[in-house]
Amino acid sequence: MAAPASFLFKGKFLPLVLLLPQLIITGVFFFWPAFQAVYQSFLREDAFGLSSQFVGFENFTDVLSDPTWLQSFGRTIFFSTAVAGLALSVALFLAVQADKQIRASTTFKTMLIWPYAVAPAVAAVLWLFMFHPNIGLFGRMLNAAGIPWDYKLNGDQAMLLVIIASAWKQVSYNFIFFLAGLQAIPRSVLEAAAIDGAKPMRRFWTVVFPLLSPTAFFLLVVNLTYAFFDTFGVIHSITQGGPGKATETLIYRVYTDGVMNLNLGTSAAQSVILMIMVIALTMVQFRFIERKVHY
Amino acid sequence: MKRRTLGLASAGLASTTIAAPAIAQGGPIEIQFWHGLAQPLGGTLEAIANQFNQSQSRFRIVSSFRGSYPETMVAAIAAFRAGTAPHIVQMFEVGTGTMMAAGRAVKPVHELLAETGVRINFDDYLPAVRGYYSLADGRMMGMPFNSSTAIMFYNKDMFRRAGLNPDAPPSTWAELRAAATRIRAAGIEVPLTTAWPTWTQVEQFSAIHNTPLATLDNGFGGLGAELRVNNALQVRHINTLMEMGREGTFRWGGRDAAGDAIFASGQAAMSFASSGARSRFINEVPGGLANLGAAMLPFYNDVGGAPLNSIIGGAAFWAMNRGPNAQRSVDEYRGVAEFYAFIAQPQVAANWHTTTGFLPVTRTAFEQVRASGFYTQNPGADVPIQQLLRGGGQMTGNTRGIRLGGFVEIRVAMQEEMERALQGQQTAQQAMDNTVTRGNVVLRNFERTNRG
Repeated sequence: MAAPASFLFKGKFLPLVLLLPQLIITGVFFFWPAFQAVYQSFLREDAFGLSSQFVGFENFTDVLSDPTWLQSFGRTIFFSTAVAGLALSVALFLAVQADKQIRASTTFKTMLIWPYAVAPAVAAVLWLFMFHPNIGLFGRMLNAAGIPWDYKLNGDQAMLLVIIASAWKQVSYNFIFFLAGLQAIPRSVLEAAAIDGAKPMRRFWTVVFPLLSPTAFFLLVVNLTYAFFDTFGVIHSITQGGPGKATETLIYRVYTDGVMNLNLGTSAAQSVILMIMVIALTMVQFRFIERKVHY
Repeated sequence: MKRRTLGLASAGLASTTIAAPAIAQGGPIEIQFWHGLAQPLGGTLEAIANQFNQSQSRFRIVSSFRGSYPETMVAAIAAFRAGTAPHIVQMFEVGTGTMMAAGRAVKPVHELLAETGVRINFDDYLPAVRGYYSLADGRMMGMPFNSSTAIMFYNKDMFRRAGLNPDAPPSTWAELRAAATRIRAAGIEVPLTTAWPTWTQVEQFSAIHNTPLATLDNGFGGLGAELRVNNALQVRHINTLMEMGREGTFRWGGRDAAGDAIFASGQAAMSFASSGARSRFINEVPGGLANLGAAMLPFYNDVGGAPLNSIIGGAAFWAMNRGPNAQRSVDEYRGVAEFYAFIAQPQVAANWHTTTGFLPVTRTAFEQVRASGFYTQNPGADVPIQQLLRGGGQMTGNTRGIRLGGFVEIRVAMQEEMERALQGQQTAQQAMDNTVTRGNVVLRNFERTNRG
């Protein structure tokens, strides 16, 4: 397995050819657009691209001094923490339950994994049909029960809905990892703790949870990245960032400014800022995961 | 050996090229036409393009639906940057300022007609329509087609249930509030809602009260315009809506056209909407045509001079160049010009008006429809035209229309601030002040990028 590449491939041609598709994909879909974004972020252009002017860091200073952008930033932190927290805790709870000796546990496991196969926009429409104040089943029930439910106008309710919809999608993913993590914990350790008289709750917090922490940390980073960057579909389908700006996260803001408002310069500057944030998150992940994980 | 074949296979795949579509020699010249009308309106529009295709054999209009108006606009602009713009794009009125300032991205109608020798009599067009799409010197820039204006629709059956006269809709805001209160008392959940909230409650509202939305005649006078929506009258009106929201007599229906659904499903008693929503409401509102009332936009009768004419909305057609470094042939432009001449025929305009509820854009079309007795058989269908002529048809700088760059973004800002006010997070004054501050940033940026 650990044989050097020269053992498998003589010369450099074939390995390069085999790598080429992936390299092309990375180049075309990542490096080229990323370069374009950096280039655009220093320009100010009209919508049609007929005139452009180099403005240095002005787009960046505009973005960073815009109070609504800073509010979006804070909102994104809140949103991501809530989504990650909710998705992780629900998944952990379900994984612990599914790990027990129960009847038809395979069926439960399969069903819990299912939502991961649902596209974000589809998941959002699903939630929309349940909670729309006028056409949604639960939305109408809430209103009929005297609870004024209208996420189109109530920012807190809108936020709650997008958090739940986003977290629901991620629960399955976390569930698989937690379940695998739980199954990797040696039975003998748990039995020893049981023999020493530790109750289930105590066993969980003192034995299971610490042994699960590398998985949990990995999932935390993945979930934060998901909430930051992959929830566009959910927000776009349910609230379009509204009401007010109540559910406008940074990634949604990039879309609004760039695609809807056609301010390519400021939108590109925001993308570059986001890119720096992803790079930072990825570095944190590699640094800590590589060091702390012990199998 | 196996590995090698695999490698060759993947290299072979990568080098496969997509064959360019062959251009048939001697066949009709294709004119790409992108529009933003969903069904059933989109189907009616495409039927007109098909009639044009059948009427001659040199050109063929290829229609394609590109999503909502804002999506169509964004798609066309992105396509232009990539050198694949459509020949004709349907652009909503909010994008007019952007298109006017688009320089060589757009082929103005007056140039198109001069170069191809095709003639269209623009003197026959309604002044409100013509003025919206022409330069200060009267030269046409865009081709007016589906113009609409905002009116009030109401559910006659709900009026009867509340003990109101279904043939005497409220004409002032005081009357409307009184009616809404009675409707609410009759157990109807949503007495009033609105589609296009900024268009009906700010833009049209300013026009009919002869109040400036922005300086320099709402932007017709140049790119240096500044928003003025934080005026006392506008703030008073936002306050009215907020109070009605708290009383449960007004329901925010959502942004853009979202509010139409509440009225169409028979939940709301009154709604402000585009006159172009008429055909949808006849089809969907329980009770159909007999139950559908149409009335002019209400006004505050203590405001001097009100009400004046409302302004137009809807969309127009814009001919586009192919891209920043790509040109079109004379023949392609001739096809566009002949299609324009086709839709300018009174018969086409009249049919479009009677089937959809959009305005008859020419006087001849209007006279033709009136002579046919359509308005007596379809009460309310002439409300939008009467409203456009309200105040004697003499337009002021505040009622000619709106020509602000980046207006799509300004509208979004306005909707956001209104939503925050209606949630109780800020006062009406703060909402309108914030709109002005945010909107002026957009206007100054637009002025800067389009100056030269």
